[in-house]
Amino acid sequence: METETLETRTGSDVTSHDVFFGQLRIAVTGGTSGLGLALVRELSARGARVAFLARHAEPVAKVEPENKNTHGIVADVSDKDAIYPAALQIVGQLGGLEILINNASDLGPAPLALLADTNCEDLEKTIATNVLGPFRLTKALLGALSASAREGRAALVVNISSDAAVTPYPKWGAYGASKAALRHLTEIWNQELSVEGLRFLSFDPGDMDTPMHALAVPDADRTTLKTAEAAARELITAIEIALTGPHSSK
Amino acid sequence: MIAANAPVQRSPHAKVMVVDPTGQIRDLPRAALIDLIQPGDLVVANDAATIPASLSGVHLPSQRPIEVRLAGVPSLDPDNREFSAVVFGEGDFRTRTEDRPRPPSLAEGDQLQMGPLSAKILHLLDHPRLVLLKFDHSRDELWAGLAHHGRPIQYSHLPLPLSLWDVWTPIAGPPVAFEPPSAGFALSWQLVTEMRVAGAQFKTITHAAGLSSTGDPELDKRLPFDEPYRVPQTTADPINQAKSSSKRIIAVGTTVVRVLEHAAHEGKIAAGENLATERIGVTTQLQVVDTLLSGTHEPGTSHYELLRAFLTDAELERLTTELNMREYRTHEFGDSVLVSRTFNKLAEPHTVRQTECPFLLQTSAYRSGRRG
Repeated sequence: METETLETRTGSDVTSHDVFFGQLRIAVTGGTSGLGLALVRELSARGARVAFLARHAEPVAKVEPENKNTHGIVADVSDKDAIYPAALQIVGQLGGLEILINNASDLGPAPLALLADTNCEDLEKTIATNVLGPFRLTKALLGALSASAREGRAALVVNISSDAAVTPYPKWGAYGASKAALRHLTEIWNQELSVEGLRFLSFDPGDMDTPMHALAVPDADRTTLKTAEAAARELITAIEIALTGPHSSK
Repeated sequence: MIAANAPVQRSPHAKVMVVDPTGQIRDLPRAALIDLIQPGDLVVANDAATIPASLSGVHLPSQRPIEVRLAGVPSLDPDNREFSAVVFGEGDFRTRTEDRPRPPSLAEGDQLQMGPLSAKILHLLDHPRLVLLKFDHSRDELWAGLAHHGRPIQYSHLPLPLSLWDVWTPIAGPPVAFEPPSAGFALSWQLVTEMRVAGAQFKTITHAAGLSSTGDPELDKRLPFDEPYRVPQTTADPINQAKSSSKRIIAVGTTVVRVLEHAAHEGKIAAGENLATERIGVTTQLQVVDTLLSGTHEPGTSHYELLRAFLTDAELERLTTELNMREYRTHEFGDSVLVSRTFNKLAEPHTVRQTECPFLLQTSAYRSGRRG
């Protein structure tokens, strides 16, 4: 069985990206912090139309006017009842969808804890945000994405992953297990629906200098960490390769 | 027929009554639908997502409570803020639509406040309960307001409030429908992917499915209202190819029939956006659709009338009798029919009788009128 792997690349021609991304409607969850915020900024700068989700109204209201052609939506992806109203706003505001980036993530207990010391409620919350949220939102937006595919346009779901999804780091149990589940879901989704023109990719951005990383590893040397902006550019390059490369559906 | 009163889209016990071109009727489990798909078939569904179009609020001039049900738009222009709407007095779906109190007297210029959404009545549409209103919001604000304050339009046969996930089909995309294109509840992604394996194609159109009931007999006679739709080129081309090689076109839902027959000219479908204005009924000579997958409908509804384009009145009467005998469930979450245009119907003289269907006289007081 062929597995989707992504090689990250650095650097790309912004001008050609503008033409490409200017035609895309993209939804990003967790869009007011870390990688999500960097993605909203980078995609907006390239001319894409972006709807972004975040839990709190104030940051949403701040990010939207700072980035052209963006639509901020207040929603918590871990809340089952918030998913379809969020999906309604995404497709209503954008008029359709080519790409969904499930980025919003919950770290699990902070400070990080052994599984044996992890409250089950914390594990449930991590799974709700990192697995069920992306699962539900993907299902809700599958119609819009498949409509794009049927008309020969891009139809892609990117699920943000981590090396914790494959390497059993102690104290990263809740996060790692949830990311492993998401990664596996992504591969199965891809097996099931790529014949319909829908593609599902996992993307591991690596260790980034973000608030989430600071929460997890407070004493990390931040100068050794990748910036969220650099990770966002790598993801954007990966998306372009996925949509225009030899395995693309076009 | 029995009302299906739980919002289960794909019940494992769902049934489908099949009428083939010879007029033969068979009762099958709906899980067997894939076995009825033949190589070369082209299945067309409506990919509209359902707007939570029921808005509770206040008529500001009178301060009286109202329920506004958005009912239509002039086009699929995403920046449109004008909606036709049916206005009810206080109460909600738990009361039968025809028993709902009337709204306060409505006039041009009246402001309505519905949660975070405010709108102005531009004018009445030849009826005291049917208005054209315009929302005082940006596009994003309007969608946020609908998402948080709107509720799916529903009727008294469903006792519990519906969630938005109850009324989106698995293929729901552009949010332009005011009620669900509920024939699409029979679809699953497994069925869609299996169609390809069976040598069939699956394509979609987008149609702003409107209200099935207004609670007012005079307004009900005007249903369906004019409804905008869009046929993508990637749907029109395969349909025209299929027709030219005599392949079967299967419409999932009456909304698809309305669209494809309106978009057809001399047997060929034109791609693009338009407004469906005609009604399908006994006088319609179908140009495109061969077979219809739909819900079960009671006599007296516009959906039932549409079946008269596929079946002779005698065949329709037999079908209705079978549906009742086998206790098929009706309404949007009920059982289905798969009806092919019959040889007998095709052979009927084209000088059509403009008469009411004879067994409309048996119309029950409670009409299903469900979109499907």
